[in-house]
Amino acid sequence: MKITLAKGLNAGLRKAMEDDPKVLIMGEDVGKLGGVFRITDGLQKDFGEDRVIDSPLAESGILGTAVGMAMRGYRPVCEIQFDGFVYPAYDQIVSQVAKLHFRSQGKVRMPMVIRIPFGGGIGAVEHHSESPEAQFAHTPGLKVVACSNPVDGYWMIQQAIASDDPVVFLEPKRQYHADKAELDESATPAPLFSSRVVRSGTDVTLLAYGPTVKTCLAAAEAAAREGRSLEVIDLRTLSPLDMGPVLESVRRTGRAITVHEAHVNLGMGAEVAARITEQCFYALESPVLRVGGFDTPYPPSRIEEDYLPDLDRVLDAVDRAMEF
Amino acid sequence: MTTDVFSASQAAWNGEGPELVQLLTPEGERVDHPGISLDLGSPEEEAEVIRGFYRDMVLTRRIDTEATALQRHGELGIWAQLLGQEAAQIGSGRALRPQDFVFPTYREHGVAYCRGVDPLDLLGLFRGVDQGRWDPAEHNFGLYTIVIGAQTLHGVGYAMGIQRDGAVGTGDPERDAGVIAYFGDGASSQGDVNESFIFAASYNAPVVFFCQNNQWAISEPIERQSRIPLYQRALGFGFPGVRVDGNDVLATYAVTRAALQRARDGQGPTLVEAYTYRMGAHTTTDDPTRYRLSSDLEHWKLKDPIERVRVYLKRNGLADADFFGDVEAEAGRLGEHLRTGCKELPDPSPLSIFDHVYAEQTDELAVQKEGFAAYLESFDAEGATR
Ligand SMILES: Cc1ncc(C[n+]2csc(CCOP(=O)(O)OP(=O)(O)O)c2C)c(N)n1
Repeated sequence: MKITLAKGLNAGLRKAMEDDPKVLIMGEDVGKLGGVFRITDGLQKDFGEDRVIDSPLAESGILGTAVGMAMRGYRPVCEIQFDGFVYPAYDQIVSQVAKLHFRSQGKVRMPMVIRIPFGGGIGAVEHHSESPEAQFAHTPGLKVVACSNPVDGYWMIQQAIASDDPVVFLEPKRQYHADKAELDESATPAPLFSSRVVRSGTDVTLLAYGPTVKTCLAAAEAAAREGRSLEVIDLRTLSPLDMGPVLESVRRTGRAITVHEAHVNLGMGAEVAARITEQCFYALESPVLRVGGFDTPYPPSRIEEDYLPDLDRVLDAVDRAMEF
Repeated sequence: MTTDVFSASQAAWNGEGPELVQLLTPEGERVDHPGISLDLGSPEEEAEVIRGFYRDMVLTRRIDTEATALQRHGELGIWAQLLGQEAAQIGSGRALRPQDFVFPTYREHGVAYCRGVDPLDLLGLFRGVDQGRWDPAEHNFGLYTIVIGAQTLHGVGYAMGIQRDGAVGTGDPERDAGVIAYFGDGASSQGDVNESFIFAASYNAPVVFFCQNNQWAISEPIERQSRIPLYQRALGFGFPGVRVDGNDVLATYAVTRAALQRARDGQGPTLVEAYTYRMGAHTTTDDPTRYRLSSDLEHWKLKDPIERVRVYLKRNGLADADFFGDVEAEAGRLGEHLRTGCKELPDPSPLSIFDHVYAEQTDELAVQKEGFAAYLESFDAEGATR
């Protein structure tokens, strides 16, 4: 069966709800409408209003009540409608969701998933194109993952729901209804908190997640025509980071470039670069370079493609790494 | 919830109870409401004002239909339609004095028009060339706020500033000022909105909370947000709440004017719930057939805010065919202004991304800007992109 990312997530949510009656969905417009991106399409019809909960318009309310639901033994999957609207819930996520397990010395678990459509490129107005992942990865107690393709969407959402830790689950909204991929439901998925080489190469390692995986694959394709061999790693997990495949790759290529839509300053790339430098310094032929959004607010959509790292910006960094 | 309490307010729940302030019925009949007077001067003066409201509403609707069409033609990324909410916006917008300040959501196109913002300037945000190009201080009209509810707190803070400036309760109509903060029924669930009520009450801030209850927050009906009529919430916070027929421009005007005067006089906040209906989709990307019945829409079409004023003016001989023709012609010119103007709105330069992040540009950002400029130039030098 060929599916889009939206369908993959929808099917994964459905499977999780079938497998475990404690799984609930909460969020704005997730019921009848099926979410503004239709990720929860049809779920309220099939699982009822008690399990697919259209919430009042209040993100702190969604996350705060999810905490209570989790304490009562449920596994809430909270949908934040757009990245820029997670902030009203930020206090609940950072001060409560992230810390309850620690504070209670393990007695209180927070098995919840916070789904956030993230990233830009959809021509939207402000607050609809942001990449807040570093804010959550910087918060101990939260796990943070990002899917990049339909098949991962299907598996990773189920794995995140099964996790006993709270997982911030980032979905590249630009990809929701874009490329299709073949889903084999009988396959065994890779573990949730693992990175993966998605294209092998020998000259430079590109490190991406979410929407920029596609960008990097396209860059690798273009570079190949010019005789350059780029390896692309889909990080998939941002907290914890899975550095094994990254270090293994960089030891071979000697060059690494991180690519994300989020601002470069204190973004995920900074942490990855620091770890590479610490752990395979002598293998490096050039400094680890970071390609990302500029350190400005997300711009009006007519110039968003200038803001977003694209194939050319990645190849420009590849040139700089090779020429170093 | 006890069923008693709930059924007692069923009429109010349906927007029909005696607490609904109405001065012009959907059929275009003038009616009285105890405690609320229109008070527009002589009959001639009154007729002049009502003709003005009519004109404002027709022009506002034209802004909306033009912008919707521009979106369909790919000239706007998205548009938040106000169809059906013209009376709520014109009635409240025209109740403002120049020194009052407005904190809007993203749908207050009619109020923006009342504040002298060129409707073309509203399109920039939706076209994606800027994030609001008007100067809030020039029009006393803040930028559109998309994060639901945030602006209500800003409104209260601004009102507290007015208070501290001694521009409340002096009795000088040129000096005393108030704030009006707009929000939706969905927004009434946000913490920020509830906190703004608390702050306003605590400091007796000169603010009018103007809630357009258009019955829907995207796909969620008002019942998901509130189990009592919204205006009744105010009581719990310690200030008065009024429900007005939001499709009645006269009632909305009279009620908002009175609420603003309370604010300017130093009597503190008021919640005005304008009971109305979102006749269009939430935005141009929304599909309301997925979640609501078309029969509801038909029901509300009978309560159209513009039609009832037209009927009233005609039936009472207060406006002739020339008047209606002139308004149509003016709407046509406004439409043309938006159609040509929208396509001519300049795309921002890529380098403008780096401007205005700070009042004082940082060296770091200046370096990023230079780097990006050099990067862009390298393509010009190559003559083509890869
Ligand atoms: C904090 C926040 N959460 C979610 C959204 C997405 N969103 C935009 S409009 C809207 C519904 C708003 O309903 P209401 O307040 O009734 O105003 P209306 O749009 O009907 O005028 C939602 C959920 C948002 N803009 N901000």
